[in-house]
Amino acid sequence: MCTLAHVFEAAGLSTVVISSIRDVAERMRPPRVLHAEFPLGLPLGKPRDAAYQHRVLEAAFAMLERPSGPVLVDFPETIQSRGGEPLECPLPPRYDPNLHPAIDEAQALRAAYDRAVAKTGRTSVGRVSNADQIPAALEKFVRIAEGEAWDQVGFEGTPMQVVHDIRAYYEELACELVADEPIPAWGAERWFYDKTEAGKVLLTARRTLKESGADRPIWFFMAPGSRQ
Amino acid sequence: MHDNDQAMREFAKTLALPEFEETAFTKPPPLREARVAIVTSAALHRIDSPKWKVEDFHFETLPHDARDLKLGHLSPNFDRAGFAADMNVVYPVDRLQELSDQGVIGSVANYHYAFAGNQPEGLSALRLDTGPACAQKMREDGVDVVLLTPV
Repeated sequence: MCTLAHVFEAAGLSTVVISSIRDVAERMRPPRVLHAEFPLGLPLGKPRDAAYQHRVLEAAFAMLERPSGPVLVDFPETIQSRGGEPLECPLPPRYDPNLHPAIDEAQALRAAYDRAVAKTGRTSVGRVSNADQIPAALEKFVRIAEGEAWDQVGFEGTPMQVVHDIRAYYEELACELVADEPIPAWGAERWFYDKTEAGKVLLTARRTLKESGADRPIWFFMAPGSRQ
Repeated sequence: MHDNDQAMREFAKTLALPEFEETAFTKPPPLREARVAIVTSAALHRIDSPKWKVEDFHFETLPHDARDLKLGHLSPNFDRAGFAADMNVVYPVDRLQELSDQGVIGSVANYHYAFAGNQPEGLSALRLDTGPACAQKMREDGVDVVLLTPV
């Protein structure tokens, strides 16, 4: 973002960068930076809070009145990502005891996913697996968790790409299941990896791959770096 | 409990960054007259457009009224549910439209733009190719002010 700000400004455009990592903004010195100490991925601060987003934009656009640059201003409010709770989101009871719990769970949550897509008109699922394929994708991670080699289970794409689709499926339906409630920073991530059967399978598969000596890029990006 | 954000901020301190000897500075028109566009590094794309590939350094052109957007950024190291719940927390198109309707900004651009964050070392494509090309498209759209939002 800071590089593009330099390039755009040199081309005759005026720019404001909302920064998430202060060190990078300080070192790169683009013309106008509003540093917002928010969780990464949330440059406007809070989803489903238009008033808060407008306060961030007001602070960003106020920088356009500065007569010269570079200038870096800190947004006066911060949002903590440490120590939050998982999203309060219900999970379905077991339905088919013949299925692995993660596959049973993913199938049972399909209706909520469909409602989410119908409401928002969009989905980030589909990088390599569509919604119909999520249970089968999870079944591959179950096999990896049980010791099968990752390149023998029949992935379309890389594990990281498949995880992207699984997480998008779960996090989009979680946002639907909590209706219009606020989504706390990292709350859906904590819910996914700590509470759902799918998240537990992914973490187990990730540990199995790591311990088996698989290349780091294969397993590391299956979860945030701080996850074990 | 984890604090992935702090870990990523510490990691960023180790990154080599391109150097700019000078900071260009373009004086904008008054905000109430300015035409505003968004450029994000969230690798957004429309549902029916090609998916981002590995080592794919192009930029996407997003019509202002498009809402069928997918998050193409694959990294697990950011809060991904915010975008799922409300795209404006990354890509504030509705907020810009409200500001335009209220007369706070002059107008909203016809198009916004998305880049991928995993650019090649040295960021040469951004500096010499895609960045200037995106700037040219915005100038042709009459844009005065660019809001850059990271993911």
